[in-house]
Amino acid sequence: MENITIKINGIEVSAPKGSTILEAARLAHIEIPTLCYLKEINEIAACRMCVVEVKGARSLVAACVYPINENMEVWTNTPKVLESRKKTLQLLLSNHDRKCLSCVRSGNCELQQLAKELGVDDEGKYDGERTPSCIDDSAAHMIRDNSKCILCRRCSAVCEKVQGIGVIGPNERGFATFIGSPFEMGLGETSCVSCGQCIAVCPTGALQEKSQIDEVLAAIADPSKHVIVQTAPAVRAGLGEEFGYPIGTNVEGKMAAALRRIGFDKVFDTDFSADLTIMEEAHEFIDRVQNGGVLPMITSCSPGWIKYCEHYFPDMTENLSSCKSPQQMFGAIAKSYYAEKAGIDPKDIVSVSIMPCTAKKFEVQRPDQAANGVPDVDISLTTRELARMIKRVGLRFTELPDESFDAPLGLGTGAAVIFGATGGVMEAALRTAVETLTGEELASLDFTDVRGMEGIKEAVYTVAGMDVKVAVASGLGNARNLLNKVKSGEANYHFIEIMGCPGGCINGGGQPQQPGYVRNTVDIRALRAKVLYDSDKDNPIRKSHENPAIKELYDTYLGKPGSSKAHHLLHTTYIKRKINEL
Amino acid sequence: MYRSHVLVCGGTGCTSSGSQQIMEALRAEIEKAGLQDEVSVVQTGCHGLCALGPIMIVYPDASFYSMVKVEDIPEIVSEHLLKGRVVTRLLYQETVTQTGVKALVDTDFYKKQHRIALRNCGIINPEVIEEYIGTGGYAALGKVLTEMTPDDVIKCLIDSGLRGRGGGGFPTGLKWKLAKQNEADQKYVCCNADEGDPGAFMDRSVLEGDPHAVLEAMAIAGYAIGANQGYIYVRAEYPIAVDRLKIAISQAREMELLGKDIFGTGFDFDIDLRLGAGAFVCGEETALMHSIEGNRGEPKPRPPFPAQKGLFGKPTILNNVETYANIPQIILNGPEWFASMGTEKSKGTKVFALGGKIHNTGLVEIPMGTTLREVIEEIGGGIPNGKKFKAAQTGGPSGGCIPYEHFDIPIDYDNLIAIGSMMGSGGLIVMDEDDCMVDIAKFFLEFTVEESCGKCTPCRVGTKRLLEMLTKITKGQATMEDLDKLEELCYYIKENSACALGQTAPNPVLSTLRYFRDEYEAHVKEKRCPAGVCKALLSYHIDADKCRGCTLCARNCPNNAISGSVRNPHIIDQDKCIKCGACMEKCKFGAIYKQ
Repeated sequence: MENITIKINGIEVSAPKGSTILEAARLAHIEIPTLCYLKEINEIAACRMCVVEVKGARSLVAACVYPINENMEVWTNTPKVLESRKKTLQLLLSNHDRKCLSCVRSGNCELQQLAKELGVDDEGKYDGERTPSCIDDSAAHMIRDNSKCILCRRCSAVCEKVQGIGVIGPNERGFATFIGSPFEMGLGETSCVSCGQCIAVCPTGALQEKSQIDEVLAAIADPSKHVIVQTAPAVRAGLGEEFGYPIGTNVEGKMAAALRRIGFDKVFDTDFSADLTIMEEAHEFIDRVQNGGVLPMITSCSPGWIKYCEHYFPDMTENLSSCKSPQQMFGAIAKSYYAEKAGIDPKDIVSVSIMPCTAKKFEVQRPDQAANGVPDVDISLTTRELARMIKRVGLRFTELPDESFDAPLGLGTGAAVIFGATGGVMEAALRTAVETLTGEELASLDFTDVRGMEGIKEAVYTVAGMDVKVAVASGLGNARNLLNKVKSGEANYHFIEIMGCPGGCINGGGQPQQPGYVRNTVDIRALRAKVLYDSDKDNPIRKSHENPAIKELYDTYLGKPGSSKAHHLLHTTYIKRKINEL
Repeated sequence: MYRSHVLVCGGTGCTSSGSQQIMEALRAEIEKAGLQDEVSVVQTGCHGLCALGPIMIVYPDASFYSMVKVEDIPEIVSEHLLKGRVVTRLLYQETVTQTGVKALVDTDFYKKQHRIALRNCGIINPEVIEEYIGTGGYAALGKVLTEMTPDDVIKCLIDSGLRGRGGGGFPTGLKWKLAKQNEADQKYVCCNADEGDPGAFMDRSVLEGDPHAVLEAMAIAGYAIGANQGYIYVRAEYPIAVDRLKIAISQAREMELLGKDIFGTGFDFDIDLRLGAGAFVCGEETALMHSIEGNRGEPKPRPPFPAQKGLFGKPTILNNVETYANIPQIILNGPEWFASMGTEKSKGTKVFALGGKIHNTGLVEIPMGTTLREVIEEIGGGIPNGKKFKAAQTGGPSGGCIPYEHFDIPIDYDNLIAIGSMMGSGGLIVMDEDDCMVDIAKFFLEFTVEESCGKCTPCRVGTKRLLEMLTKITKGQATMEDLDKLEELCYYIKENSACALGQTAPNPVLSTLRYFRDEYEAHVKEKRCPAGVCKALLSYHIDADKCRGCTLCARNCPNNAISGSVRNPHIIDQDKCIKCGACMEKCKFGAIYKQ
């Protein structure tokens, strides 16, 4: 690619043609602050934090979108530029609820960080009327508090452009502008799928999950309750970021130790039920192929994807695997098999999950997710909530020893842990399905075609003389493109894995928030996914059907995969929904 | 053939003062008199003298009747049309001289005007394409398609010096050249008819009075840049303009002046309408295109410029209605003809909408370089009630206030910018000594705050804070530090806003601060509004020497704030007074004053 040379702050910089000033400045090791900018997602130059001086320009220009051209001269740190950025912050702060002490984002708020860096000594300089706002808590999984919104529109951009949903956007105009759902609907009334990607990209405390930390701590304090916890694979790959570890650090051992010290009676692992999911799903897939069932079969682990399918592709709910998600399978087994084994009344068990996901909060409330007459899972917390809980109860996380999960629901294989990355469920299912169909041991367990961060991946595997066509999509915009191809007949597959969030659960809406400048320069998904693939590689057992705890479960309790007991406990039904039903 | 044509204005101004009823009555009366085969009633566009509507012109003698009422119709028919006797009492007074009647073009209002963009307004029936063709319409398109290359057309426009009449003043020919250079499978020609400046209505007038001129120019633009589709983005609040555009497009299609293979040259061009919902920001080019695409009307970052990636991501040109209305005449008369009018860098004419404290409110088209004094004192007839001129506001909410010291400045793009205002779309509001300049700045800021799209921080929050500061000043609550803070914030908003709406929003404040700082300071230091406008700083008093105790004021006070007995001086209770001014208006003795 052709390079262009420009001058930034008097220093010559060579950057590829088509680069923005922001990108060229990074090459010169100059950081220009941004707020609204998300590369390829939200390039709207709305906040004006990134203004710079350009020789010959009539006014300051927004570095995030302004393309460089030959012989351009740019200044990023003149008094005028610095004063302008400061004023922009002061104006934003004049319409911002500055209860920073109690704000959930205090400490990792991008607005707060910039105010500190740019020396905003008088945050009240432009105080005046505030845009009237109310709190939208109509959805099961999250709260919108527009008094903290700075109208950067990252949330609506990610909802519309990445997820292809668009249930939020700017309403009204001018000073009255607010982000909300159309026609004065609450978010819970729209076809929001609860993926939480909006929360993940929010720079301030305007968006957050509905916190249930207090409920969990109350249950733990109640001696009549037996409180158990499960943690999803992706949590161990993200949690460390909340405690200063580099992105892509596996903190599984410290996490187990922390949960035990918080006071959970048993610390289990969703990896166990991920293996269980594979047993049921692989069986279901083979059954559909052999007995003329509906194909392609599509995975059902991601509750954001499930709700998306129900709203936007209601004619394809028959394609969904009837398997519950690993979270729900775990809950059902915990309140039946485990309860019986431990001699505890299921009504006394409080089943908590730690998930990288906000849609899991919606999922636990779904109908047909209470196999034993009590909810499979009672409370689902996000990775972020776990971090807050660890801080609240006073644990020095980085100093904790590495501990293991409890038996028997704490044992998972390498196939289970990769569930947290896009393509992981497909790979795990293939490991089991291929060996089941061929009766032979696989030479290599690595199905690398379905790994990686591309939005849509395809592969064909020859299994027992049959060409099995598979596809993997993550992010709902990609899912829509893929399904439209399936519907039009342009593509056909036997088995599809879909995850609601781009990159899979490692980039879920419940994972630690990374600021815009990190998101724009680092692929946090790839770094977190590597944790899981490394964990898979290190696990002596890498196939779900070889998990001894799973074998025992079937031998002593469920019978065979797809048995009527398994069906009753581990499978569910779906709803045909409409879009933004009014 | 008719022996007489009666032209009745069907523009929005005259329609709202009743010209439709006048036409009905006229037709009925003509029929009653049996003159229907001799006299034709023609609905035309606007004549410009909107303050005197409804307006009627009777040809062949061109008698100009103003403020005609339905009751006047029988007299006009029986006297003028039947007996040939002009109804002098209804004539526009300016045309009546001691020796008889003078031609309209010789009146003060018209004699310094030069109508190019408005040339057909008030002359032809805009709903009949033949009338447009009869005045040379579509000849320019014919000439372009058969005698000129696209480059010839662009060169002609560049040579003419025509600059955008919508506000920015960008050279039109250059804009077309840039769009032509960009290769694409599809290009678009757009017309900005989203006239949003408060008080400006020249675009509406052109669309209502001469819609084909715009269609013809857009087709010429299509030929020049290589586009075959045009869109006119017109305000839904202009129903008459919308109707006439619809009629004009369908007539032009019928005569194959729009559509496929125009004039048998193989050139295809068609035009569709898109109605705007009235957001001021949709006059900004990228916001307008965003709106045509079906999205929220908000500006997009530039570059890329519309000439590279505009409507639906394709090279697009956008010109304003008045700009287009000049183009057929430039093609027909040549660039030298157009360039011979105006100043060095601003060629041709400009239409202004005169409003405020001026006798002749309405539309005037003047050569660039005409002075403010000529426009206000001669064409506009000066300021009513013997009041003193204080300032002229041009450029609407993006412009500024021009004080008396610049009364003799020749009006053109660059001069106006140099004195802190701008041409804008041509609104010209005259203010006299009774207008408070802080209040005027506040008025325009209220408009900008209301119309900000809310996308970028400086405009969304900054203009709101400016308005709050101005309100504080008008309430006498501000300090001198607040004035500095106000000015500082103005410059910040100009430098940092994403689009022209925000970048120019502080102009009304900055220009009044520049020329009328003493008024601001009087509000701040002395807590006094010199013009007596800002209510919070006013109080009404009764001069005991002048008051006769007639009780009229007390009886008219809506809040019972005035007390006193008959034939004794009255007193206003300042705690109860709501400063409505009703007492002052009613007092027959001039005993009530405000301070």
